[in-house]
Amino acid sequence: MAEAPHLRFEGVTKRFKGPRRRSPPVLALDGVSFTLPPGRTLGLVGPDAAGKTTLMRIMAGLVEPDEGTVEVLGDPVAQIDRSQVGYMPQGGGLYAELSVRQNLELYARLRGIEPEESPERIAQLYRLTGLAGFENRPSGQLSGGMRQKLAMACAVVAAPRLMLLDEPSVGVDPVSRREIWQLAQELAGAGSSIVWTTSILDDAERCDELLLLHEGKVHYAGPPGGLAQRAAGRTYSRALGTARPRDAVQALLEQPEIVTAGIAGDRVHAVTRAAVPPGPDWQVAKPDADDGFAVSLDTGVVLPPSALAAAFPVRSADPAVPAIAAIGLSRRYGSFTAVQDISFSVSPGEIFGLLGPNGAGKSTTFRMLCGLLAPSGGRGTVAGRDLTVARAQAREALGYMPQKFSLYGDLTVAANLKFVAGAYGLSGSRAAEAIERVVGALGLEGYFASAAGALPLGTRQRLALGAAVLHTPPVLFLDEPTSGVDPLIRREFWHHINAIAARGTAVLVTTHFMNEAENCDRLMLINQSEAIAQGTPAELRRLARGMAGEPTLEEAFITLIRSQREEAAA
Amino acid sequence: MSQRDPLAARRARAIRAKEWAQIWLDPSTFGLVVLMPLILMFLFGSAVTLDVHGTRTGVVDMDHTRASRELVNNLARNSYFAVREGQSVAELEAGLKSGELRGIVVIPDGFEHGLVRLEPLDIQLITDGSQVNTATFLTGHLRGALKEWVEAEARELDIPVTPVLKILPRYTYNPGLESRYMLVPGAIGIVMAMIGSLLTALIMAREYERGTMEGLLATPISIPTLVISKLLPYYALGLASTAICVAVAVWGYGLPFRGSILALFMIASAFLAAVLGQGLLISAGTKNQFVSTQFALLSGFLPSLLLSGFLFEIDSMPRAIQWLTYIVPARYLIPSLQSVFLVGDVWKLFLPNIAILLLFGLFFFLRVTKAIRRRIA
Repeated sequence: MAEAPHLRFEGVTKRFKGPRRRSPPVLALDGVSFTLPPGRTLGLVGPDAAGKTTLMRIMAGLVEPDEGTVEVLGDPVAQIDRSQVGYMPQGGGLYAELSVRQNLELYARLRGIEPEESPERIAQLYRLTGLAGFENRPSGQLSGGMRQKLAMACAVVAAPRLMLLDEPSVGVDPVSRREIWQLAQELAGAGSSIVWTTSILDDAERCDELLLLHEGKVHYAGPPGGLAQRAAGRTYSRALGTARPRDAVQALLEQPEIVTAGIAGDRVHAVTRAAVPPGPDWQVAKPDADDGFAVSLDTGVVLPPSALAAAFPVRSADPAVPAIAAIGLSRRYGSFTAVQDISFSVSPGEIFGLLGPNGAGKSTTFRMLCGLLAPSGGRGTVAGRDLTVARAQAREALGYMPQKFSLYGDLTVAANLKFVAGAYGLSGSRAAEAIERVVGALGLEGYFASAAGALPLGTRQRLALGAAVLHTPPVLFLDEPTSGVDPLIRREFWHHINAIAARGTAVLVTTHFMNEAENCDRLMLINQSEAIAQGTPAELRRLARGMAGEPTLEEAFITLIRSQREEAAA
Repeated sequence: MSQRDPLAARRARAIRAKEWAQIWLDPSTFGLVVLMPLILMFLFGSAVTLDVHGTRTGVVDMDHTRASRELVNNLARNSYFAVREGQSVAELEAGLKSGELRGIVVIPDGFEHGLVRLEPLDIQLITDGSQVNTATFLTGHLRGALKEWVEAEARELDIPVTPVLKILPRYTYNPGLESRYMLVPGAIGIVMAMIGSLLTALIMAREYERGTMEGLLATPISIPTLVISKLLPYYALGLASTAICVAVAVWGYGLPFRGSILALFMIASAFLAAVLGQGLLISAGTKNQFVSTQFALLSGFLPSLLLSGFLFEIDSMPRAIQWLTYIVPARYLIPSLQSVFLVGDVWKLFLPNIAILLLFGLFFFLRVTKAIRRRIA
């Protein structure tokens, strides 16, 4: 007899209580049906609040469905054999203060493995995760990529037949992301199956099967190629020529025929609703899962010109005077150097991207330029104000969206915005206007009275962006603004960011998405505390050309990082 | 899952090891377990006292006889009073008004005359009615002092004292009638109630807040195993705090310890089962450390302080409030603790109390396992 499917869902529906007493229940899953045969990898994709995590929790036996049948490893989910299911919750479920070893041994024992009795399994996990040598480090002090690897090791320590991984590659740089994917494949025993949720379609394309969820419904189920195929005949590209990449994209996104657009190398890539995009020289291009995703979820809405940017005054500052300047910035913690001698400058109206692996020093650089951290060496200026002598004035001139959500989770959206407005000196009618504008531009009206902590991730990020631009600053700092959010919200974010920059605001941004990096005017690649390359996306690609043919920006990123690591090792 | 889990012991040990590691890494646990008992014991043992010493009292002697002078001197020697003599009530009244004096004792003209004739004695006491407690204490103390003095005087003069007036209190187990003897065992109960519920109030909420609960629940561990394993380290810490309190009581405040360690251990364990369970339930219910702490203080500390009979006698409370005291675990602890210190092992008192406390513990434990279930909202 053939092995039963590892997962079988039939007509699964789940409702949650509404956010307020009187509000109707929220339909998280609506008649979800699918089957996962043994030994396959299922990619679970979908926009924010699509029901992905609820679906995962049902598979892990942590949430009971209201209706429908769920079978896990051939048995009804009520009789789930937890020793055969390895579940990695979103965020990892690690104890930050406990060491790598303590975390791993706790989960090993909970899953029935005594580390002393199975030293070879534990050794194998350390080897595959690359955590050997870090056994005694508290897990909270690992870089994002290593933390995710540890979390995965903890989830699958007992070599389960079903691995459930909720967002294992969120907030992780391209190098680590590849390693994490590799790790999952290596850890999965023969015949084990994997469910992998992600908002990154690149990851999803490597899966055997894809399940696209949207508003609790299955919008696509099948191989990744089939999803890409949905955009077949509607995907075009053309050479960028002399146009600035982001201007080309921005112009396309506001066209009614266009579903989505982006940069790929020296070409601009567009998915249309019907006809060929306006303008000459368009060639039919091969669609990818991202395109299929955009087509599947297309509601026909055309992105209106950014109302968020419209409030920014048009600033025509002298482009020769940098809006942001880092001059030999360094930061040391005892004997550890987090940032070593970093210099760059950003002109008004320019978008400057900081790229680099987790823990390379991007956020530290950011925090120094925001005046949140005093540099150990060098200096920084923001809007012409020196951070060492005029920190308060410099801070007034900037808007900052931190990597971690830093507003008050138990306050409402309205109260948070009022607070931020007050903190930036906006009061009375000016504050009310600014809040109204931001709320309207970012579609937060429906959430005005909701607690910020209860918002879906993408909405929470919108709120954080709104809070950073309430006072229309001449300098904007965005630290991984799109981490964990789906491609549709990413597109919307960059639409705003581009429009704000077009008004003369200088933008400094970090990202792990290379298609976002393509949208920046200039980039700096930081690795192991040092700047290893600086230039336009095209220049960075050219730097890596000798090593990897005609590389994409992601390949260039990986090549440049690896070559520096090899140099450092040698 | 009804079948027995052969790896349950291993899983339980893993959770216990994790809890100990977290306790070890968290400096606030030390503060809660060691410093807090010391501070609270110091406060209740030294700073809070229900005894009145050196109450500033004015005395007006209108009799000017040997007997009246003797009474004035007697009062002056009594440590309860700090006597200031005046020639008239009018002279001392200002002191009473300003709060400098707590009361004025007036010995009437003809006091000695009446005394030898066995006529009823009228000694006036003027007190500050706005300080009701002090006034009551003063009245009581004066009455006692007078009685003692009258008896001594009567013996000296060989006058029989009317037996109906004779009240001879014998302050059993607390011969010095020091409130400390009653307060310190009660304070131990309060400290245990507070630490017990605070210790566990945080631990479940912390798991939920940090998202680690999801990871734990997805493993094969059973909920009762999880709850008990999480509880045990905190039970040990609770016992350690109790030991610190008892040590302070005996060596710091010189309380007698007339019962046995075994009885103390059993009483303390039963009580900890109740309060740790209470904290755990709060923690699992709120899933939020801040709310949980507030709630633990409100529902653990305050009722223990007010409704356990520690500060206020339960018998003198309104009937409705008296009923309420039956659901305060400390009510069943404090009398037993007082006995263990001051009387000895009174198993007839201990056993029912222990049984009730264990029932509390069981109730909370069942509620906690029910509240957790395998659900993530």
